[in-house]
Amino acid sequence: MPVIRVEDLTVGYGDRVILENVSFEVRRGEGFVVLGTSGCGKTTLLRSLIGLEPVQAGRIWIGEDELTGADDARRLRILRRFGVMFQNGALFGSLNLLENVRLPLEEFSTLNREAMDFIARMKLEMVGLKGAEERLPAELSGGMQKRAAIARAMVLDPEILFLDEPSAGLDPVTSAGLDRLILDLAEALGITFVVVTHELASIFAIASRVIMLDREQRGIIATGTPAALRDAPPNDKVRQFFRREAAEVKR
Amino acid sequence: MNSLASRKPTTADECPGWQAGLDADGTRRIELSGVLDRERVEILWVRANDFVREDHSERWVVNVRGVSELDGAGLALILRLQADVLARGGRFEVEGLSEAHRRLLARFDPKGYAERVAVEPCCQRLPDQVGRATAQIWDDFRTQVTFIGELTAAFAEAVRRPRSVRWSDVWLAAERAGADALPIVALIAGLVGLVLAFQSAMAMRPYGAEIYVANLVTLAMLRELGPLMTAIILAGRSGGAFAAEIGTMTVNDEVAALKTMGLKPVSFLAVPRVLGLVLMVPFLALFANLAGILGGAVMFLTLDYPMSAYFDQVLSSAEPRHLLSGLVKSVAFGLTVAGVGCLRGLQTARGPSAVGASTTRAVVAGILLIVILDAVLGTVFYFIGF
Repeated sequence: MPVIRVEDLTVGYGDRVILENVSFEVRRGEGFVVLGTSGCGKTTLLRSLIGLEPVQAGRIWIGEDELTGADDARRLRILRRFGVMFQNGALFGSLNLLENVRLPLEEFSTLNREAMDFIARMKLEMVGLKGAEERLPAELSGGMQKRAAIARAMVLDPEILFLDEPSAGLDPVTSAGLDRLILDLAEALGITFVVVTHELASIFAIASRVIMLDREQRGIIATGTPAALRDAPPNDKVRQFFRREAAEVKR
Repeated sequence: MNSLASRKPTTADECPGWQAGLDADGTRRIELSGVLDRERVEILWVRANDFVREDHSERWVVNVRGVSELDGAGLALILRLQADVLARGGRFEVEGLSEAHRRLLARFDPKGYAERVAVEPCCQRLPDQVGRATAQIWDDFRTQVTFIGELTAAFAEAVRRPRSVRWSDVWLAAERAGADALPIVALIAGLVGLVLAFQSAMAMRPYGAEIYVANLVTLAMLRELGPLMTAIILAGRSGGAFAAEIGTMTVNDEVAALKTMGLKPVSFLAVPRVLGLVLMVPFLALFANLAGILGGAVMFLTLDYPMSAYFDQVLSSAEPRHLLSGLVKSVAFGLTVAGVGCLRGLQTARGPSAVGASTTRAVVAGILLIVILDAVLGTVFYFIGF
């Protein structure tokens, strides 16, 4: 059974439709990457999948639970199954990193304080932020904030982890370390990753399958493994993306 | 053999188990079983920690072959044990861990996890508190002196080169702090005058001296309450606004951008605001005086005196020195309110709550300094007969 199932999803803002009749499935334990050029609706799709963006039509299942049209109790149950890392980190500015990461444990676990602190420190070390526990988000660089946000998203060991542009703004070494971490977590803990990213290196490192969205077609224009799409692109847009070619300027 | 497996949760298979045994060679052997996840690891956490702390075997082997599920919290328990054993010089092995879990566990350096996380003290010790408070007050004092020096130098420069002042910002600050504040200043000063008149009339009635209520209201408004009420309103209204505006600029690195362009934040941001407010505050104080005296007149309508008697008393008691001393105070208050607002704005730290904190500090410090300054000036004016 797929861990995420999307059927004929249509999302937009008012009269402006961003995505139309989008359907796909994400299998358990896979690294699923959503890619596409700027403004094609990647983040909108991600926000729909996590229930932040109301859908105009279509259905979304997280496991066996349908997210679209779920009542509050079911919605809360579904939300606990995934963690989310937002593009800008979205850390709470008044809490230090340890408190930020510990917060979901305080709300959704019965662990004692020592265990919660221990696990939060582990997650911070996992993303390379050991020693920064007491620092406030404002004292960190953008990349460090992002890594702390990943630690917070992972702290409950969710089934699915949604990451919005995790590598953007990171140096290549940190970015590669993050990719390695994603692979280790997927393998050891069976976490499914849904990642929105532009970074080709990350795509090839972590993606077992990708979908590519297109702004003009308002939907998916390619599905497959990164290597297959690179080697046999089904259309020009996919070819341009994987070969990093500039689109021709139309007069 | 110790067994913790008898404690609750869902099914017996899922319940995490802990079996401790001792090998012939002194190796402490721990057999973990069941589901070790966030929901269930709590059952073992405290007991396992206590056990490893009390048992000082040198070699430890933890076998997880019987564990059916292991998540991050389960790995945390293993790391917790490992850290404690290694910290006291022991040896630690884990058996039965999958390659993927082993790789994940290897990401952590057990050093640093051995010490228990200190529970945050509920309160600091008194000497610590006194020391920190003293250091903070001293730092604050130094910063204020530095700021006053910079502001004075910036004003001296402004006098020398008036064209260097951003006059458009001055008029904007004057409009916002002055003209826009007129209704609230008039309302509050008028009501204060009214209340003052009623209260003093009660005290004077037994002596038949109600006519002197006019004198009291006039004197109190001109010398004290007009400037004071105006300054307090400005501290809440304009001082807070200055701190919030400049604080937001600090958080957004606009102040840093000014510095990198070679511009002085005090000249660029503080001087126009201070100048705008100081220019307007005497007029606001005059307006407050007038509103307060008119408020007193409303009370006078309830007495059996003609209204002309009230204004005769007002004119006879309103000596120029009373008016002047109030205006001198108002200028001093204006300088204080604007200066503190700008200073707190420039001192804004990072983070989303920093602007709010600066605004609060500006208002509180502004009002406090106004009252202190009022007491000092009131005493000085009394002794010099001004």
